[in-house]
Amino acid sequence: MILRLIERTGVFLVSLAVSSVLVFAFMAVLPGDPARVALGVNASDEAVAELRRQFGLDRPLPTQYFDWLGGLLHGDLGTSYVSKVAIGPQVFDRLQVTLWLVVAGMVIALVVAVPAGTVMAARHRKISGLALSAVSQVGVAVPAFLAGILLIVVFAVKLGWLPANGWTPPAQDPGMFLKQLILPALSLGLVQGAVLTRYVRSAVLDVLREDYLRTARAKGLRPFQALWRHGLRNAAVPVVTVLGLQLATLLIGAVVVERVFVIPGLGSLLLDGVSNRDLLLVQDVVMVLVLAVLLVNFIVDLLYVALDPRLRTAS
Amino acid sequence: MKSSFRIRAVAFVASAAVLALTACSAGSSTSGGGSGSSPGGDQKLSIGLVAEPASLDFTTTDGAAIPQVLLGNVYETLVEQDDSGKIVPSLAKSWTVSPDRKTYTFDLVDNAKFTNGKQFTAGDAVFSINRVKSAWTISLKAAMDVVAQAKALSPTQLQVTLAKPSNDWLFRMTTRIGAMFSESGVSALATDPVGTGPFKFSKWNRGDSIVMVRNDDYWGSKPYFQQITLKYFKDATALNNALLTSTINVIGTVQAPEALSQFTSNDKYQVIEGTTNGEVLLSFNNSRPVFKDIRTRQAIRMAIDHKALLDTCWAGRGKLIGSMVPPTDPWYEDLTGVAPFDLAKAKSLLQASGAAGKTLRLRLPTLPYATSCGQVVKSMLEQAGLKVQIDQLEFPAAWLTTVFKNADYDMSIIAHVEPRDLGAVFNAKYYTRYDDPTLQGYLAAADAGDEAAQVDNMKKAARRLSEQAAGDWLFLIPNLIVAEKNIKGLPTNAITENFDLSKLAR
Repeated sequence: MILRLIERTGVFLVSLAVSSVLVFAFMAVLPGDPARVALGVNASDEAVAELRRQFGLDRPLPTQYFDWLGGLLHGDLGTSYVSKVAIGPQVFDRLQVTLWLVVAGMVIALVVAVPAGTVMAARHRKISGLALSAVSQVGVAVPAFLAGILLIVVFAVKLGWLPANGWTPPAQDPGMFLKQLILPALSLGLVQGAVLTRYVRSAVLDVLREDYLRTARAKGLRPFQALWRHGLRNAAVPVVTVLGLQLATLLIGAVVVERVFVIPGLGSLLLDGVSNRDLLLVQDVVMVLVLAVLLVNFIVDLLYVALDPRLRTAS
Repeated sequence: MKSSFRIRAVAFVASAAVLALTACSAGSSTSGGGSGSSPGGDQKLSIGLVAEPASLDFTTTDGAAIPQVLLGNVYETLVEQDDSGKIVPSLAKSWTVSPDRKTYTFDLVDNAKFTNGKQFTAGDAVFSINRVKSAWTISLKAAMDVVAQAKALSPTQLQVTLAKPSNDWLFRMTTRIGAMFSESGVSALATDPVGTGPFKFSKWNRGDSIVMVRNDDYWGSKPYFQQITLKYFKDATALNNALLTSTINVIGTVQAPEALSQFTSNDKYQVIEGTTNGEVLLSFNNSRPVFKDIRTRQAIRMAIDHKALLDTCWAGRGKLIGSMVPPTDPWYEDLTGVAPFDLAKAKSLLQASGAAGKTLRLRLPTLPYATSCGQVVKSMLEQAGLKVQIDQLEFPAAWLTTVFKNADYDMSIIAHVEPRDLGAVFNAKYYTRYDDPTLQGYLAAADAGDEAAQVDNMKKAARRLSEQAAGDWLFLIPNLIVAEKNIKGLPTNAITENFDLSKLAR
């Protein structure tokens, strides 16, 4: 157990270090000079050179990398080239927005997927199971942004029930916050839910074939009772793994959904940063996203062990 | 970024051009009364725009989004442009020009106050003019180089001496470089702008919106709305939906003209269509051997059916111009007849110049109008006997480096939204690489002469460009605004850098 913990922690830290080098390297080879973008097209070469000096872009790449990394380790994300504002607080503000979206999307996905997947598995030879299966297949094929556009057309533009876009912090106006959260969270959650449903279904199907479930039924439990008491916990192991991977997809989906719903989250910050060639900001945001994904995978690894005692000795 | 044309504006489909409401005398009477301290009570308005500023400091950060919000609303200039492009008073009540056209004497208003409580005086004007030279970093500042000296003759009288006569200088004073600052108000320009205008900057929700509130101490007639929110959308559909669901009251810049029908067919909305300064140019790299032959250039202009092109790629909205001058400039002439669509003639010109069958690289920025018009241009030129290879370059950064900075292209398409930019765009140093002493002669004479000489020489310059086929002007970007029916004071044409909020009323 301890060994496994150390091993996973090691993998986590090494992945993080390698990612930071890659992120920095990608920024360094990205075409387009941030100083020229900031100064305008007719800027003299001297003015551009001076601004590059101010940004620190004239230093050797390794120096720039280690300065950046050093800052990150101290929690200092630097100052934006373009807005001249500290990046840390901006990223923190935007991250909170995106987290609401991702968490709400995940909750919706689970609420959809667990019952639907279980029913699909338990009734996999019946019409109702096949019908659900077909619906989920359609859900898998729809990208989140398309779901978002469709939801807007129906619920905002045609019916006028919910706002089409915008964001209000929960502390400022909880009612408005919920209203504006529903559609984007649904467009993320339904699509993810459809994907997750497939995994829940196959995990539950596997469990249904296990001997212990037959034993439980032989003791007189009805199929769903047997599944509820003995099966779901076991089916949860593969599903949790997928859930971790899904979280990365959700984060990426959020970037797109933020644009469709005009939400000032991390995704829109990232897109603005790219088009303004605000390289430091982009580096920081990408690193935060990488950290989030790696962290989730790390936690999933640990949860895995907690859910299935057999794995505690396996390694 | 940008300077002699503003790229970020272009980036978002000429948002700047489109938005900039015509200049607006603070003293105009449209603002619904003006006698009371609050013409519209505590009424609020929300306007949807596309390009969010990166910072609030337009002295060190380029881009059209900042002056769009702040110029004329928070910062004012000595002189400004009216709807027809004429230079009219603002903080300067009147001015005189010396017979040698080098000395300008301005009489300033005596009741303007900065929002930090300081009185506006000629000393502030001197400070502001000098500061352009010393502290600004954006390339537009070069327009102030011609100033030899600025001096306060009295608190309300300012004298500016130029090194040489320049009509262009007074015009540039209507743009952001003419903005008047307070010496005690420039410590935090990026976050805390201090000006004399009808609005005060109130709050910036980054990534979402900027809130402006009425300046109740304003020296001119006060705006109607107590609060105006400028809300930023990156996506055209999201912008349209926001108006359809009443999240906003006005779309300041229509991003997708093909989607206009949902508003034109609905009584709740008004659609305004006028002109801008945004000439969509099919640029030629005039330093390439293939473009040295005037017959090739003329053939390309004649091979393009401009009316059909506009219908296909911009839903027929926009104006055909035929040279680098919008109809709102005093020297505008309709030059669309100089090289009319004539496929047979285009083919024979290409045969004669030897360009027929050659492959040209059309390097397009990733902007909606460039992408869609580029395809049409390609098919029209191929009908005339050229081969066209389209490359997409990410805008702004990649396009700026490859096409603009290194001139590594044969043809490109971009909207030049800077006002009066004919001379800036067509010269040997610019990415068009257009080296023409005759043109430069007209431009120099226009800048130095009196008003009549300026108009006359600018006409000659525009005609010269068109006849020499230095590029091809696909169309002029339209000013397209959609608003709720009861909103008044929206401009027909958008020819200044700012979106004038003070004239809006309900």
